[in-house]
Amino acid sequence: MSRATLGWIVLGWVGFALLPWYGFDRTAVPTLTDYIVGGSALVHGLKGTWWLLPILVPLLMSLRPALLPARKDNSSWLIGAGLLGLALIVIQGFSIGLNGWTLDILKAISGDDGPRQAGIGYGGALTAIALLIVLCHGLAARGWCRGDAFVTSSIGIVIALIIVFVFFPVSTILASAFADNNGDFAPLEFVAKFMDRSIWGLDCLTSDLRCGVAWNTLFLGLLVAFGTTALGLAFALIATRTAFRYKKLLRVMSVLPIITPPFVIGLALILIFGRSGALSSVLWEWFGVPRSRWIYGLPGVFIAQLLAFTPIAFLVLIGVVQGISPTLEEASQTLRAKSWTTFLTVTLPLMRPGLANAFLLGFVESLADFGNPLVLGGNYEVLSTKIFFAVVGAQQDQGRAAVLSIILLAFTLGAFWLQHAWLGKKVYTTVTGKGDAGIPLPLPRRVALASYFTAIPWALFTVAVYVIILVGAFVRSMGRDYTPTVDHFLTAFRVESTEHGFFFSGSAWDSFFATIKVAALSAPLTAAIGLLTAYLLTRQRFSGQRSFEFGTLLSFAIPGTVVGVSYILAFNVPPIEITGTGFVLVMCFVFRNMPVGVRSGIATLSQIDKSLDEASLTLGARSATTMRRVVLPLLRPAIVASLVYSFVRAMTAVSAVIFLVTAEYNMATTYIVGRVEAGEFGLAIAYSTVLIVVMLIAIVGIQLAVGERRLGRRSASTSTNPVAAPAIP
Amino acid sequence: MKLKKNLVAATMLAGSMTALSFLSAGAAQAQGALVMYCGVQEEWCRAMVTAFERETGIKVSMTRKSAGEVFAQVKAEAANPRADIWWGGTGDPHMQAAEEGLTVEYTSPKMNELQDWAVRQWEQSKKRTVGIYSGALGFGYNTELAASNKTGELKCWADLLKPELKGEVQVADPNSSGTAYTLLASIVQIMGEDKGFEYMKALHKNVNQYTKSGAAPAKAMAQGETTAGIAFMHDIVTMVVDKAPIKVVAPCEGTGYEIGSMSIIKGAKNMENAQKFYDWALTANAQKLGAEAKSYQVPSNKSTPIPPQAPKLSDVKLINFDFAKYGSSEERKRLLSKWDNEVKNLPK
Repeated sequence: MSRATLGWIVLGWVGFALLPWYGFDRTAVPTLTDYIVGGSALVHGLKGTWWLLPILVPLLMSLRPALLPARKDNSSWLIGAGLLGLALIVIQGFSIGLNGWTLDILKAISGDDGPRQAGIGYGGALTAIALLIVLCHGLAARGWCRGDAFVTSSIGIVIALIIVFVFFPVSTILASAFADNNGDFAPLEFVAKFMDRSIWGLDCLTSDLRCGVAWNTLFLGLLVAFGTTALGLAFALIATRTAFRYKKLLRVMSVLPIITPPFVIGLALILIFGRSGALSSVLWEWFGVPRSRWIYGLPGVFIAQLLAFTPIAFLVLIGVVQGISPTLEEASQTLRAKSWTTFLTVTLPLMRPGLANAFLLGFVESLADFGNPLVLGGNYEVLSTKIFFAVVGAQQDQGRAAVLSIILLAFTLGAFWLQHAWLGKKVYTTVTGKGDAGIPLPLPRRVALASYFTAIPWALFTVAVYVIILVGAFVRSMGRDYTPTVDHFLTAFRVESTEHGFFFSGSAWDSFFATIKVAALSAPLTAAIGLLTAYLLTRQRFSGQRSFEFGTLLSFAIPGTVVGVSYILAFNVPPIEITGTGFVLVMCFVFRNMPVGVRSGIATLSQIDKSLDEASLTLGARSATTMRRVVLPLLRPAIVASLVYSFVRAMTAVSAVIFLVTAEYNMATTYIVGRVEAGEFGLAIAYSTVLIVVMLIAIVGIQLAVGERRLGRRSASTSTNPVAAPAIP
Repeated sequence: MKLKKNLVAATMLAGSMTALSFLSAGAAQAQGALVMYCGVQEEWCRAMVTAFERETGIKVSMTRKSAGEVFAQVKAEAANPRADIWWGGTGDPHMQAAEEGLTVEYTSPKMNELQDWAVRQWEQSKKRTVGIYSGALGFGYNTELAASNKTGELKCWADLLKPELKGEVQVADPNSSGTAYTLLASIVQIMGEDKGFEYMKALHKNVNQYTKSGAAPAKAMAQGETTAGIAFMHDIVTMVVDKAPIKVVAPCEGTGYEIGSMSIIKGAKNMENAQKFYDWALTANAQKLGAEAKSYQVPSNKSTPIPPQAPKLSDVKLINFDFAKYGSSEERKRLLSKWDNEVKNLPK
């Protein structure tokens, strides 16, 4: 019996006998005794909520191995206690709800509505977690995962979180795909909705009619995935392998779009390329090129998504490109391969995990993107907007939304499977414990040129877009009235100095503070859970690993609108009643953005030689210590990527949160969407620029806090900088 | 190991803060004595909240969403309703909520002060929703673009079929926007179903884009992205007040309208306050806040001054819009799928 196990058993008891088992009602003002002992399950149970008392049994069971001298069957007692306890908590939680029995069968048996109970509070949550960990410790004692309790507990917790915050809500909504409008089971309706011509039609191949929305989405996704991977690679190569003078600037530029709130890029593109846009006017007046509406539709969405998602590919690829050991390239050159051959046969194949992950992310992001198709889609329809309007549009058909979501989900999981097939079982390890003596090779000429020719025009284009955005924030009405003004900022962010101190009277302050709070909370949680998952997936072997990996991708693959509605359906009633709180927003972001942490973690980890971990383990360090002192420091690029991404995403995501915001937790993006709807582009853009500045500060802060990964590699320009891996902006 | 400490500390901090936000959310919500979902634009919502708080001392927690979003949310929350009152937003989702029993009946003492159309909608919904403002459907055109396209003056629905306007008319997709559904239902009621669909097919040739949101065509006109656009007239007026070169047209054949509505949510936790708000929102004092917030709909209380910028309903030929028939989900599904099959899939 280790001290850790004992500690968790004690915590289980604390949750049951001391802390309040139930969450507090919104209107109640809890007293101190409600918090300690008074509201605990033990007191409730003795007062009449009899269904809580059976949980005492597993808690007592767990005491046996703790109190009696160590015996062989200790592990069985722990496993039994954990399983029984979790089962009891789940069964009572789901069978007794706010309005009595939840199942009609129970109502029929008891003859009345039955007892009522509220959602689980601190005590219930703590006891459930403690029982789960006791179970995992028991399994470790049985010899699972080489008897490593840290590993089994981590797997247990991640699985439990994914079940609660991904599978549970998502299954509630996907079930509606098979129901008619009254909620009855109707599989035929599913088939009819699924086979609809508006989804799978191929009319565009034979005539000038439109193709089905599924093909549109797939085509756009592939296009964007190729584009972002290529551009991301070009940026990554320039940033790590060339002596380009404006590298730093290039990096900032490439990361800007990721921190831009939705709609803004779309608006800027309209202001440049729209029929009355700046460029169109110049072309018309100088060269007589007729104005047209080409930007609305596939081209516009494609350009906007390229702008928005290239940074993600860049963030994934830069860690990978940095990690490639020059030794192998030098070996190739020593064997007289030309630099082009080396690049093609050594460097590029080593980048495959990165390329595959970047491609996958680009594809999935394009599928899930909602803001750009909304502004620029024109008559080109994609699944994400179709799903949104199936829920909130004039038809209000949740079943149809669920059917479309299943298709979207299938695409994403298909891409995931393909990626796996392509990567195969090859080994991509290049970061080993051995000293690296190599100097990263300069790029072959044609690769360098190709990179310059793609990256630099693209960077200039990004500058143009951002100049437009910046101008838009400081003029009265972009495109019509260019009188300079700071009115937009005053409306949103006015601060009045009164006798009671500063008063934030601007209309945007509430949502601004709430957004920062939620983003700052969810970023570290996302990174921690994501990287832990990546570590478990690459470094541990356990049964069900594939399906576990699938589970981590699920929430990412499902469109935000569906996630939003499913979170209300799942978390608005006991046992887990958390809608209306900031907590549900944080959890929503954590589990929506976790896949990026997982993907970048996996990409980086698969480069790091396992012998480094093994050396640490051989020297007597435990898994937890190895993770902290060996793996994490080598994972710095992945940590930065996932922290930055999740922070930024929490500040810029729209569709998922539309249903989760409340008066108290209003998010910046819903405010901006409201402004865009009302036609107040100036205010929307002004707010966005403020958010961009905040995010830039946050990114620099994250970079400073996490620090750089120091690989023992020499740089080609040895004179100034001994560290080959410079910072990611 | 600076990194390790930072990371562990940050994670723990975030974890505990998240747990704490449980607490603070519960405590702050306890003060909210009325939870309101607001379906019009932010300024108006805020003005309503502040005025009501000042007058009654009841604290309001307001969340702004579009009408369709509110409906989806109210439906999803039906098992444990979070909101008390749903104020504003186009009438269709309100009617549907009434049809599905998501809202409750209420008879306000102010009912006799209301315009006939508001009372009629209240009766049609079996006392579950009441009109607070109305706005007529119409179209507008960008005068600069119209001059360069030589379209001449546009006055009637029929003028939108002019060949000069090919690819120059914008309207929302009725599948996603209540505005465009109102257009479809109005045209069907004005011209009869067969001729109405003939009109929609002819219009299809001139439409450059079916937008997602109903007010988008008004913005596109203001930006010069389209010559003509069909929307609610008050949405176009907002652009005109913002100095866009747009002329608002009330079509000569007559036109349909929307009724912005208000409903009390079934199972509201603060029923008494919800009724107080309901009564107050029907007064002239509350309704004149709309114009102050630059929303130019026509208020439902007879004694509310009509804003001078608002399109005068007396100048607009309004049809006798059958909200009961065209608001029912059956008829809506039928018309929408007919439009999908016969109009949207036509080649240009």
